[in-house]
Amino acid sequence: MIDIIIGNFLLLGGFFALIAAIGLLRLPDVLTRMHASTKAGVLGSSLILVGSAVYLAEVEITARVVATILFLMLTSPIGAHMIGRAAVRHLSKTHDEAENEG
Amino acid sequence: MTPAAFLELSIYASFVMVMLSLAIAFVRLAIGPSLADRVVALDMMTVTIIAVCGVAAVATGVYALIDVALVLALVGFLATVALARFAERRDAKREEARHD
Repeated sequence: MIDIIIGNFLLLGGFFALIAAIGLLRLPDVLTRMHASTKAGVLGSSLILVGSAVYLAEVEITARVVATILFLMLTSPIGAHMIGRAAVRHLSKTHDEAENEG
Repeated sequence: MTPAAFLELSIYASFVMVMLSLAIAFVRLAIGPSLADRVVALDMMTVTIIAVCGVAAVATGVYALIDVALVLALVGFLATVALARFAERRDAKREEARHD
């Protein structure tokens, strides 16, 4: 029973990681790519870490996994915000230039 | 199919999916038109390597891989912030140079 639960966690996590990577490759510009990689990517690796915590089943490991997931969910919006700010400045600047030329 | 066999199969399947997503993120890192695309791809690769650590911990039963995942999460955040600030500052510098 526990094996089936762990296997499902791993499969779901791998699926979401793959979805995130496909989004990273296929979506049209920086902001939408960021949307795919931060949300689906963090969800995928969190699910895989939860699966490994269930498999190893020790208090210390579970505490570390919870800390890792909390840290990922706390920091990935901050990182995405900073990349997005840099990208938006670049994008709006090229947009202004195109308008001035046209 | 016994539960143990299902776990074995799902470990292999999730290894394949995670490694495939790592390869796809590397493609984006190689072709990404702007610097921000490459930073996003590197961030995604760090998160995916954390997932690889989780799957490897299940496959081998080595506890230390969870510590590796925790440290990678910490270091990856710092790398993303540093690269994003670098990209932002480089753009600002170019703009200054244009105005001079």
